[in-house]
Amino acid sequence: MSSTDPQDAGGGSTARDEVLATIRAALEATKGHEPGQAPREYRSTGEHAPGSEAVLELFVERVEDYKATVLRCDPDAIPETVSDVLAQWGASHVVVPPDFGVEWLSSGQVRITTDDGSLTPEDVDAVDAVLTGCAVGIAETGTVVLDGSGDQGRRMISLVPDRHLVLVHADQVVQTVPEAVARLDGTRPLTWISGPSATSDIELDRVEGVHGPRTLAVVLVG
Amino acid sequence: MSTFLGIPRRAGATPEAGPLRGSTTFPKAARTALADTQLRANLGHATRTIRGKRAAVVDEVPDWEQLRDAGSAIKADVMARLPELLVQLEENVTARGGTVHWARDAAEANRIVTDLVRATGSREVVKVKSMATQEIGLNEHLEAEGIEAVETDLAELIVQLGGDRPSHILVPAIHRNRAEIREIFRRTMPGIDPGITDSPRELAMAARAHLRAKFLSARVAVSGANFGVAETGALTVVESEGNGRMCLTLPQTLITVMGIEKLVPTWRDLEVFLQLLPRSSTGERMNPYTSMWTGVTPGDGPQEFHLVLLDAGRTRALADEVGRAALHCIRCSACLNVCPVYERAGGHAYGSTYPGPIGAVLTPQLTGMGNHSDPNASLPYASSLCGACFDACPVKIDIPQLLVHLRARAVETEAADRHERHLPPSAEAAAMAAASWVMSGEKRFGLAERALGAGRLLAGKDGRITSAPPPLSGWMRSRDAPAPPKETFRQWWARTHEEEDRT
Ligand code: SF4
Repeated sequence: MSSTDPQDAGGGSTARDEVLATIRAALEATKGHEPGQAPREYRSTGEHAPGSEAVLELFVERVEDYKATVLRCDPDAIPETVSDVLAQWGASHVVVPPDFGVEWLSSGQVRITTDDGSLTPEDVDAVDAVLTGCAVGIAETGTVVLDGSGDQGRRMISLVPDRHLVLVHADQVVQTVPEAVARLDGTRPLTWISGPSATSDIELDRVEGVHGPRTLAVVLVG
Repeated sequence: MSTFLGIPRRAGATPEAGPLRGSTTFPKAARTALADTQLRANLGHATRTIRGKRAAVVDEVPDWEQLRDAGSAIKADVMARLPELLVQLEENVTARGGTVHWARDAAEANRIVTDLVRATGSREVVKVKSMATQEIGLNEHLEAEGIEAVETDLAELIVQLGGDRPSHILVPAIHRNRAEIREIFRRTMPGIDPGITDSPRELAMAARAHLRAKFLSARVAVSGANFGVAETGALTVVESEGNGRMCLTLPQTLITVMGIEKLVPTWRDLEVFLQLLPRSSTGERMNPYTSMWTGVTPGDGPQEFHLVLLDAGRTRALADEVGRAALHCIRCSACLNVCPVYERAGGHAYGSTYPGPIGAVLTPQLTGMGNHSDPNASLPYASSLCGACFDACPVKIDIPQLLVHLRARAVETEAADRHERHLPPSAEAAAMAAASWVMSGEKRFGLAERALGAGRLLAGKDGRITSAPPPLSGWMRSRDAPAPPKETFRQWWARTHEEEDRT
């Protein structure tokens, strides 16, 4: 940043120069710490291919381990499966991201609000559930990652509602964390979700459901 | 709020207490804590639980050691290239719509944050749990400036409402049990159901209700960061409850305070740390929520983003070739949970935001050590050198080696001080140097420890440690300790704790 930045009046750029100079001096005065390539002998892929049955089974097991619900279905059974989950939740009003595509969701029963960017946190707080897609699923850790694409939406809409249903397609599920990192764009706003919100702050006892959605359902397609 | 008496000062003859320095030496504070049976019961239960969880999820990772090697090497590389990586991070954050500020010390960081909050016109900020802002005493500073800082992490909230101090990096209220927490909530939460029970679920729901409205209306949030990616400018916050997501998403303005050592060079490096951190810290395969953002995303999340890069003693640590390894720490807290000294003494005895084994090596380096009247000069002695922390550390920080190194420095400082005051040198300086030499050798610690019992390195011919420097002598007396027996502390710990650990 430039030294003329008004917020920096009072010596910000001096602080920058001074901190950098102190670090350089510290590094020069000490020896034996050369920059170096880190060894990467850890697994960069799993033994099973993305979307393979072994990976999907592991994914289901690990997501369920967080006390989230997982339902598997074929592509043509998505409407029915999603409707069932919403009915079970007693959800009559849901919010969806702009490109989620909800023509298939049997209307009449459920009121659908598509986020056009104008919804406030209070608006979203008033809905029963949110439906989103995801960017990638990780089997070993039971994680789904949202990257703010059109079918996943602004971070706010997948956060404020009390229930979150995520649609995951089989080919989106990889076995390991490194495979997921390789698929993701690190400049997008990312939310890694592993089960419903939880706390272990009281005697290390895990309680599911604090500020984020207290209920998480994953519909695994394919 | 009277807990924090001031901001940390450069080391001097009479250092002031503050977030990084207690008012008594570790041995004295530990003695008080040891007498508190409730505290010991709470800590014993909590650390036992978390040790068991961690062991289970670490054991299932076939390449854990390779991940540790990578994590350790990446952090060493970061330290060697810190200036260029910081500049790269700054460029990327700026290019994506954020503003970067630099703070030489706690006071400067507090001033920057206060000015930024003032500029928004808001008198209240919501906060994500952050070690950096605790370390600089930000909440107390904001309060003095008429700005209310609301902690939103459940444990931090318990600590804040209880007028208490955090005692653990990850679970700041680990010293409190459920009954105590219920009492704090009943006393301090307006509108709480007076019939609330002490079930963790009911208590967590009370916190949810208490904070919900604040989240929805907050205009400014303050966070720390677990990682900053130089290559992309991405910042990362790892959390569980969703309070982090609330703070990072809903307010208009986000201010993130990050220590300059929290960098990783590339996006890909996160694949290492996102495996190491959750398993080491909460004992989960992955923590419930991890948020990543770069600068400002139009239409999504805060539209104003400030990153405050904090030195506050980190460059001082960097100048110590051995000590700088403490800067590799990713604050997982695994070393606290396996430490027999921490389990008995509790976090408050360390007098610092950073307790436990990592605190014992990081704190004195951040503040500098004075003579024996400086409580932080006693911290390198807050260990039995059993080595459990090193085994648990996901980035392989050799904490025992650092402790011995810092003990030697404490002895040097003390010796210089005695020299100045025309007092005779103390005998332990030579013993310390010998111990330090063994510790830094190739097979060093494990071998020496098994052969001798670590403390024997420091003991005289008769097998007793007779002339420890003041902090150690106090600690020795309080524990009534002759030179350690042939069985090392670690062997003893394994033998006496194996059964309860399995339950
Ligand atoms: S020193 Fe290692 S084990 Fe301790 S908190 Fe830091 S990273 Fe975790």
